[in-house]
Amino acid sequence: MEQGLSQPLVAPSLSPAARRRQLREKVIAGLITLMAFTGIAALILIIIFVAKEALGLFMDAEARHEASLSKMFLAQDVPVGRPAFRWQPVSKVPKVSMIPLFVGTLKTTVVSMMVAVPLGVFGALFAAEFAPRRLRELLKPVIELLAGIPSVVLGFFALMVMSTVVKDVFHFDRPLNAMLAGLGLALAIVPVIFTVSEDALTAVPRSYREASLALGATPWETAWKVVLPAAAPGILAACVLGFGRAIGETMIVLMASGNADVISWSLGDSARSLSATIAAEMGEVVVGSPHYSLLFFIGVQLFLFTFVLNMLASTWTRRVVRKLTGGAA
Amino acid sequence: MKPGTRRAVGLALTSLTALAAFVIVAVLAIILFNIAENGAAGVTWTFLTQPPEDGMMGGGIFPAIFGTAALTLLMTVAVMPVGVLTAVYLHEYAPPNSLFARIVRVAVVNLAGVPSIVFGLFGLGFFILFVGQGMDRALGHEEMYWAQPGLLWASLTLAVLTLPVVIVSTEEALRAVPMDHRTASLALGATQSQTLARVVLPGALPGILTGAVLAISRGAGEVAPILFTGAAYFLPDLPTHLNSQFMHLGYHTYVMATQSPDVEATRPLLYSTVLVLLLLTFALNLVAVIIRTRTRRKAAGAH
Repeated sequence: MEQGLSQPLVAPSLSPAARRRQLREKVIAGLITLMAFTGIAALILIIIFVAKEALGLFMDAEARHEASLSKMFLAQDVPVGRPAFRWQPVSKVPKVSMIPLFVGTLKTTVVSMMVAVPLGVFGALFAAEFAPRRLRELLKPVIELLAGIPSVVLGFFALMVMSTVVKDVFHFDRPLNAMLAGLGLALAIVPVIFTVSEDALTAVPRSYREASLALGATPWETAWKVVLPAAAPGILAACVLGFGRAIGETMIVLMASGNADVISWSLGDSARSLSATIAAEMGEVVVGSPHYSLLFFIGVQLFLFTFVLNMLASTWTRRVVRKLTGGAA
Repeated sequence: MKPGTRRAVGLALTSLTALAAFVIVAVLAIILFNIAENGAAGVTWTFLTQPPEDGMMGGGIFPAIFGTAALTLLMTVAVMPVGVLTAVYLHEYAPPNSLFARIVRVAVVNLAGVPSIVFGLFGLGFFILFVGQGMDRALGHEEMYWAQPGLLWASLTLAVLTLPVVIVSTEEALRAVPMDHRTASLALGATQSQTLARVVLPGALPGILTGAVLAISRGAGEVAPILFTGAAYFLPDLPTHLNSQFMHLGYHTYVMATQSPDVEATRPLLYSTVLVLLLLTFALNLVAVIIRTRTRRKAAGAH
């Protein structure tokens, strides 16, 4: 594209004006390249500065005693006798077990996936395969609209409207529980799963469908046995992305889960998630205290979880594209 | 399988998928209807222009609207040049198969997936404690001036969060500018930067604006990143400096919904606040959709 510009044939005969022009081009290109570093820099700075504040846990003797790794991840005798897992970092004897937070996060996330995956994937299958063109063109912006609702509004809706319904339907004791938070989360991740699945399904070449139909398969057989398997890695990527969003989503869980550090697999109990713990406790914590470092340490874990999930998802998305374009060509 | 069974299974599967799509749309409709029904009556001129009164049991939400607007405006000013130029690098300057460009892309994808609360931690750890404290030390402030939550740090935190949105939509906009335009400009003797400034960027402008609007609508609704980088519970005065704390529609919603002493009394106000926030983000999304379809139609008409 710029061959003639960057490689002059007779370099010494350039006029001073042309040389200045060339220099200016180089400076501009350099500045633009420099700007491209910000994305990488942001990602690296995030991990450095979140980890840096978490490091206090391991550097400071007092913090090492108060919140050691064994106290975070193994059962502790609280108060005496029975081993237990508690998250009470501001009590007289701080109890800092991460296990209730993991259980809470897992519970709400699993509920949301059980609801959002079938809805999102089947909805996408309908939009990509069965819906008439008009309906499909209506469906996509509507789901984009759902994606545009701020999560604090979804949390508000879960808290004010869904809580009574969920409590009555499932006969729960508490209005705020893991089930409610999971259902609220589902609202936030359905659009993600729908959009990415739909992209994967529409990326399947027409020739696949035509071949299947020509062999006598019905449209649903084509959709179910040809298009869906061909798009499978992309749909898996959609689910993994949704999972990552559900783990990291804060406001909905904060508002709807009840935020108690109970360990139980009952969906009617309150739950406390990793992200909501940071949001709820960071405001009142003393900068530099063990509790403060602990919250940043949770942040590091969230960053790492979602980083791994994102890398997996992008590998699978690329695999769909490569499989379909490579296979068709 | 018998033809009858085949048809029945087909019908069942088709209706099942249709049902899934219908449920999504129905839930959205319920949410919108519920909020509009309960909130519409309270959205009056006084509500939009007055500060809260009686411990937030009455009055309006003007400081929250102002704070949200100031926050997103600053965020936009910070994120647009960086995002657009990064996209320009990726699409116009990066050599094909460049390793650096590939790493930038991976970083952007991952940045988009970082949980919003982690951005909040980053804002606190980097902007407030590192940059802010450093500035205070360098400028010789006795008291904390920059090393505290405020408008600037919250805006910059949101700018990092919305960076991927801007980069991705700008790159899409650049892709839509026909290669002919670039080669024609270069053939006339224009340099690459002249081509960029006078041909490529103007051509991509609608798409870039779409990206800006999407970033604003995303940034305006995020609460988790501003929880400890600048949002305040109740401030009747508007923020006057870059280091002032501010009220925010989303944070206001969160606080009133979870910490109000009397939820029943604040309920109508709460619904109206949510309606305003929702209308704001939807209006922005709608603007983005309109710009996008217009450009697409124009591009389709040109060929």
